[in-house]
This record gives sequence, structure tokens and C-alpha cells, in this order.
Amino acid sequence: MQNSIVEFSGKLTVFTVTFLRALFLWKIRVREITLQLYYLITTTLPLISVISFFIGIIIGFQTAYQLKMFSSEVYIAPLVALSIVRELGPVLTAFVIAGRSGSSITAQIGSMKITQQLDALRVLAVDPLRYLGVPRFLALVIGVPILVMYADCLGVLGGALVGFFKLNVGLKLYFRMTFDSLGTKDIVISFLKALVFGSSIFIVSCFEGFAVHAGASGLARGVRDCVVKCFILIIIYDCILTGMFYFLR
Amino acid sequence: MIQIRELSVTLDGKEVLKDIDLDIRPRENFVILGRSGSGKTVLLRAISGLLVPDHGEVLIDGKNLLKASKAEELALRSKITMVFQGSALFDSLTVGENVGFFLSEHTILKRAQIQQRVKECLDLVGLKDVEALYPEQLSGGMQKRVAIARALSFQPQVLLYDEPTSGIDPITADLINDFIITFRRQLGVTTVVVTHDIESAYKIADRIALLFGGEIIFCGTKDALLATSDARVRQFIEGRHTGPILNWEV
Repeated sequence: MQNSIVEFSGKLTVFTVTFLRALFLWKIRVREITLQLYYLITTTLPLISVISFFIGIIIGFQTAYQLKMFSSEVYIAPLVALSIVRELGPVLTAFVIAGRSGSSITAQIGSMKITQQLDALRVLAVDPLRYLGVPRFLALVIGVPILVMYADCLGVLGGALVGFFKLNVGLKLYFRMTFDSLGTKDIVISFLKALVFGSSIFIVSCFEGFAVHAGASGLARGVRDCVVKCFILIIIYDCILTGMFYFLR
Repeated sequence: MIQIRELSVTLDGKEVLKDIDLDIRPRENFVILGRSGSGKTVLLRAISGLLVPDHGEVLIDGKNLLKASKAEELALRSKITMVFQGSALFDSLTVGENVGFFLSEHTILKRAQIQQRVKECLDLVGLKDVEALYPEQLSGGMQKRVAIARALSFQPQVLLYDEPTSGIDPITADLINDFIITFRRQLGVTTVVVTHDIESAYKIADRIALLFGGEIIFCGTKDALLATSDARVRQFIEGRHTGPILNWEV
């Protein structure tokens, strides 16, 4: 177990360095990035909308129980906003993207490897990592922050509905208190988490795709490993970033 | 043209190729025969620079692809290319984009010029009006022909074929054999074909090598192959399961 963690970490580090080298040698392909971005957003948006909206409602209800006991219903707005923007928005969005897009990247690259398309790229003097990896990476580092911001907004809206219908907090007051409670630092944390999660999803899914071997079962294993490792890395990075900002306060 | 020197490759602890020495001359059709699993494809992958050998080297016009600088690598890659067993067409690209891939990646040709070249290459393999189709819309034989067209698009000097006639009907297989002969004559390409199809080898080869146990046990012309007294070679070309080569040996 320990050995495999060390081995995976080592391989992932080498892969990341190789990728960074490829990133700087990349020929700009706007069409390719646009396509990947379009694919990322269209495939994840419905799921992110549903999850973040209902999470907003759930957090709203959970908060409402506690606040009612202290007759402090109006504070539902900052509590929901901070939970969503700092934590749940970035993490849940990253989970959805890891499951939907990360697994898709692994499957795509893995199946190209099995069908020798990666070898065909090399024979045609094209670096597969640069050709396939860079547009997907850029789509993720652009797309994930956008999707996180979107998820944050929907989560806050979900909480606002609970505040309005259950606690009789006016929508105008709710949103004013939401914006008052959110500082620049909260937005920066959310954005930074989105960037780190997006990069991690890319590195893991791409690495697992290139590591696929032994046919269909190998591909299935690669996709499964991609999702599991992405989830673990997202939680670890979330913990590190949250701790970092807590101590930097 | 291609010099293979003391090439050894070990995969998963098994020595697949043992000190292979081979010279492939310019403009010849060279066929590598062998049983399934004998290391034919490994040898072809080593020639194409897709595999790093444990020992030895492959020189193309005196240069080692694996030790070349980026600029040299592109020059060498434009000299030598490979047609894969499963065609390996890019499934997210159309036939036209597949065939014109190298040109759009590495040349400054305009789109119209690339399209013209794509059309010419597809004509060479007897395909028309398929540019807008995707590989999945083509039959296996057509995919093979598109893969050949892609390989021809940048006028390479060496074409490596991995089992070009496997998995396709005998008529298309014969057509592909004819293409291989024609391209050598018309375009002057050097061809290396890996196959276990004896009939195909007899038809296209100027010289034939037989790979067994990781070693070349025969290398010569078709007539020399037919006249050989080596019992292992005879067993292979006569397609007998009894003889010095046991069933489990490759």
C-alpha cells in the first residue's frame, strides 16, 4: 500500500513535469480549446445545476434549524454563502467534473492507446501529450472556475429560497447580507480551489489514460482509478488549501 | 537505407529479439515472416522508433531516430512512416483530416493544397469521395487503404506495414499487395512488411527474413527460401504443425 502510494506519487510528479514541458512548446489551437471547453460545460452543467441548487436548499434547511433556536434566522444568508462559496461549491463541482470529464479524458486517451492512435501520432511526429493533453488542460483551468462560480450562485439561490419561504427573510435582505458577508478573500479561495482542482483532475485523468494497457479491462480499471484518485486528491488539496488560508488569516 | 545492429529487446522479462543484424536496401520490398508472437511487430516498432531497445540500434540513412534532436527527428519522421495493423486512424477526425494530418501539422501548405494532396493520395489507393466520412463509417479494408493514403501523404522514403492483409477479405488483401508493389515501382519507396501470410510474402517480396526464437533464421530471396534445406524454415513455409518447431514455440 505504502509502496504503491509512493510509486503513484513519483510517477504523477514525473508526468506533471513532462506535461509542463509540453505545455510551453504547444502550438496554440483555439478551435481545439473551444471544442474541449464546450464539451466540458455542456456535459457537466445540468448535473452541477441540480446538485448545487439542492445542496443550497439542504444547507439552508440545516442552518435554519439551528438559527431558529437562537431566533437568528436572518443569519442564514452569510452561513449558506460562506459554506457554499468556500467549500461546497468548489468541491462538489470538482467531484462532478472528475466523474464526468475526468473519466471521459481517461477513456478517450486510453482507447486511443489501445487502438494504436497514440503510436500513429508519434509516427507522424506529433507528441500525443502536447496534442491531446494541452487543449484539455486549458479547457479545465478555464472551465472549472467558471463552473464553480456558477455552482456558487445556484447554491446561494437555493439557500435564498429556504430563507424566503421558510424563514420569511426578504430576498433583497438575503442577497444584501450574502454580498456583505463575502469578502474578496472568499472569492479568491473559491477561484484558487477551482484552479487547483481543475489541474489535478487533468493530471490524474491524463496520466491514467496514458497508463492504460491490456485492452477493455485495462481501460475500465483506468477510468475507475481516475475517478477514485481524483476524489482523493481533491479532498487532500481542499484540506491543504483550507488549512493554508485559515493560518494565513 | 535501414541498418539494424545487434538489436535486442526484452519485454516482461522475455527476450523477444536477440542481437538482430539486418540491412534493408533502398527501394526494396523486404518481408519479415514469423509465427504469431515471434517478435515481428516488436522489430517493426523498433525500426519506427516507437520502442527503445535494450541493446543495439536502428539507423535510417545512418541516423538513429532515438538519438536525434527535435529538428532531426522531424526530418527522419518525414522519411519513414508506418501503417498499423488496426489502421490506427484518428476516430475524431474525418478521412480527409486523417490523410492530411501530417501536412497540416508540419507544413505551411494552404488548406486547398492539402485537400488536393489528400485527394491524390486517396486516388492512389482507389478511394473517392470519402474525405468527409469518419473512420467508423468505413469497412476494415477501406480503413486500411485510408491508413496507406495517410502514410503516403508526405511522400516518405520508407513505408513499414504491420500485417497489412490481416483481417480483410482475400480480394482486398490482393489489392493491397498490388499497392505495395506499385508504390515501390512508381514512388520508389522502400517497404518493410511484417506478416505471417506466405502467399502475400511471395507476391511482394524482393527479400524475405524469417524470425524465430527472437533470431533471424533465414534471410534471402524468395527462390532461396523455397530452396532452403533448413527444417525449421521448411516447416514454416509448408505450414506443417509437425516438425522441429513445436506448437508452443515462437
